[in-house]
Amino acid sequence: MSSDETVVSLSGVDVHFESESGGINPFRDSKTVRAVDDVDLEIAENDVIAIVGESGSGKTTLGKAAVGLQKPTNGTISYRGQDIWQAQKRFSNPEIPFSEIRRSLQIIHQDPESSLNPHKSVRSSLEQPLKKWQGNLGPEDREARILAMLEKVGMSPAHDYAERYPHQLSGGETQRVALIRALLMNPDVILADEAVSALDVSLRVEMMDLMLDLQDSFDTSYLFISHDLSNARYVAEHADGYLGVMYLGELVEFGPAKEVLQNPQHPYTKVLRWATPSLEITDETEPPVRKIDIPDPVDPPSGCRFHTRCPHATAHCRDAAPESRSTDVPEHRTACYRIDEHSEYWDAEPLEGAHIDR
Amino acid sequence: MSKQEELDQPTGSADPILEIRDLNVYFEMDRGRSRVIDDVDLDIRRGEIIGIVGESGSGKSMLASSLLDAVVEPGVTTGEVTYQSTDGESVDVLDLSEEELMEFRWEQISMVFQGALSSFNPTMAMREHFEETLEAHGYAVDSGMERAADLLSDLYLDPDRVLDSYPHELSGGMKQRALIALALVLEPEVLVMDEPTAALDLLMQRSIVSLLAEIRDKYDLTMVFITHDLPLVTKLADRIGVLYAFELVELADTESILREPTHPYTRALLNATPNLDAPLEEMRPIEGAAPDPVNVPAGCSYHERCPLATDKCERDPPSFDRISDTQEVACHHWEDIDEIPLTTEVDQ
Repeated sequence: MSSDETVVSLSGVDVHFESESGGINPFRDSKTVRAVDDVDLEIAENDVIAIVGESGSGKTTLGKAAVGLQKPTNGTISYRGQDIWQAQKRFSNPEIPFSEIRRSLQIIHQDPESSLNPHKSVRSSLEQPLKKWQGNLGPEDREARILAMLEKVGMSPAHDYAERYPHQLSGGETQRVALIRALLMNPDVILADEAVSALDVSLRVEMMDLMLDLQDSFDTSYLFISHDLSNARYVAEHADGYLGVMYLGELVEFGPAKEVLQNPQHPYTKVLRWATPSLEITDETEPPVRKIDIPDPVDPPSGCRFHTRCPHATAHCRDAAPESRSTDVPEHRTACYRIDEHSEYWDAEPLEGAHIDR
Repeated sequence: MSKQEELDQPTGSADPILEIRDLNVYFEMDRGRSRVIDDVDLDIRRGEIIGIVGESGSGKSMLASSLLDAVVEPGVTTGEVTYQSTDGESVDVLDLSEEELMEFRWEQISMVFQGALSSFNPTMAMREHFEETLEAHGYAVDSGMERAADLLSDLYLDPDRVLDSYPHELSGGMKQRALIALALVLEPEVLVMDEPTAALDLLMQRSIVSLLAEIRDKYDLTMVFITHDLPLVTKLADRIGVLYAFELVELADTESILREPTHPYTRALLNATPNLDAPLEEMRPIEGAAPDPVNVPAGCSYHERCPLATDKCERDPPSFDRISDTQEVACHHWEDIDEIPLTTEVDQ
């Protein structure tokens, strides 16, 4: 898959937010939230990349940056080689116009009701992208296209669903309309931000199957953001895609989804695995973290940001941040000293409550 | 008998703390009567953690509310909910006056409801919430606050820091744990929780679940954990009840629910649940949709979606029958259940 052409490429991307904490006091420092810190990521054609992390990990901000909805404070994001934010500048005369980039990068939200206009029928919500991007289609062709799409996602009879308004649809149906609307733009990448999390468990597999099905017909890539490792696994493994794990703004592990799940290298990835309840009978174990609360992203810990919770942290982890490095497996990388047998880590003093456990 | 032995006893012979009989909750609507709890019978045993699992619109929140006679107007609750206190007194919960209920709700059965995070007053420090609750019920504040501090530490919170904070200064996970501590500060016997972890991250959900198990043991509580999240509740519950279309369709010990579920819906739900272990190609969605409360199908309410359904299922509602010492199910064809393979078992 990595041999395919890269559609979106992020290089050294930071997204930092200034939080105004000073109020009217000009002497108080404003604080910086480092929502995304120095992330590299490539999305290939027909790729599926799932990003998991807790709230506050920066996964949504990373997703928005990747589809050009969030301007990075540092680093570059390019679409087929064209720097997205250069293209947006006036008189920059880009090779690929910004409007074209915008069309190519679409998003579906967790809460689709808020993204569909409540005063518009399904038909008119879906007509919009076709009118704008496929002006050559006549009214009958548009109609046929919309009905065919509704039929394809199982909303039958299609002409009945086309006349409905968002409040007349179930959560799963609304999410399907949002997906169709994104696909009608013929995008290269769809950012699916917690797109199935709000659905009932029994509907999630159906929605994810549909997304995967349509990926084949539309040649699109997905950047699938979720706090739920089971959902991320389902989508990414099905598509032979990748899984990335974010922690406090950093991508701490990344690789082929199957490999990351079966052979997790970062202690935080192992924690997320523990946190995902299986349907097997197991003895209840204590959380494999020293603290169950995530630190404040305004003031992240020094060194490796996970050192305050990591069951294996040493003084070395507290003092210096590990670089992301490759594991033995191609395309699998992680930012943890424990994969480097020559690291100073092994000789350092474990932090309180932590054990090296070679 | 040890607690585990007691809990392994057949239903009925164990000491029930709450006996629910012919419980119905309905709303009169223009379109007709909307029955959101339909003839539920259930014994909750002293000291157990019982999980009640249902998808949205299955009636699970109504079941939680009705245990405390807290169904909102114009909902009507009928049937019996009998509470057996430790000193041998029986209380008919649905017959209590407003005043008696106020007392009963915190001191005997306490609750943590969905969306309860907003129930903290934003202008009051956490300490005041605890003090106010203790005072309102005539409890000694000093010893009560000691208990509060213990409870907060049991939930991996720093008591001084949390008590001195205002609600907005705490994360969602911290507030939710503080709320559980608040619900337990008056030493209730039963804690009813409705989706107590739904808005939280998986790690926090899972952590809270393991802390709840410790708290049950330490304080000898009975817990009712109501959720849509079947995998999560299996990590906590001794027994699990499955709600479908406002009825209890299966009730069994957690191991039987996972290994030998006998209701077709329970099996379908297990097969549809994304998880990290089952082979991907075996997971499949449940066909069709859950019924509208005004228009529940005749016969077995699941027959329209059920691969085992026959004419009998369209006609006669199945009774809720005991099929073993630890398992009850409402299905005419439970003996043929293995026609629906259980995908989570494939690699076992």
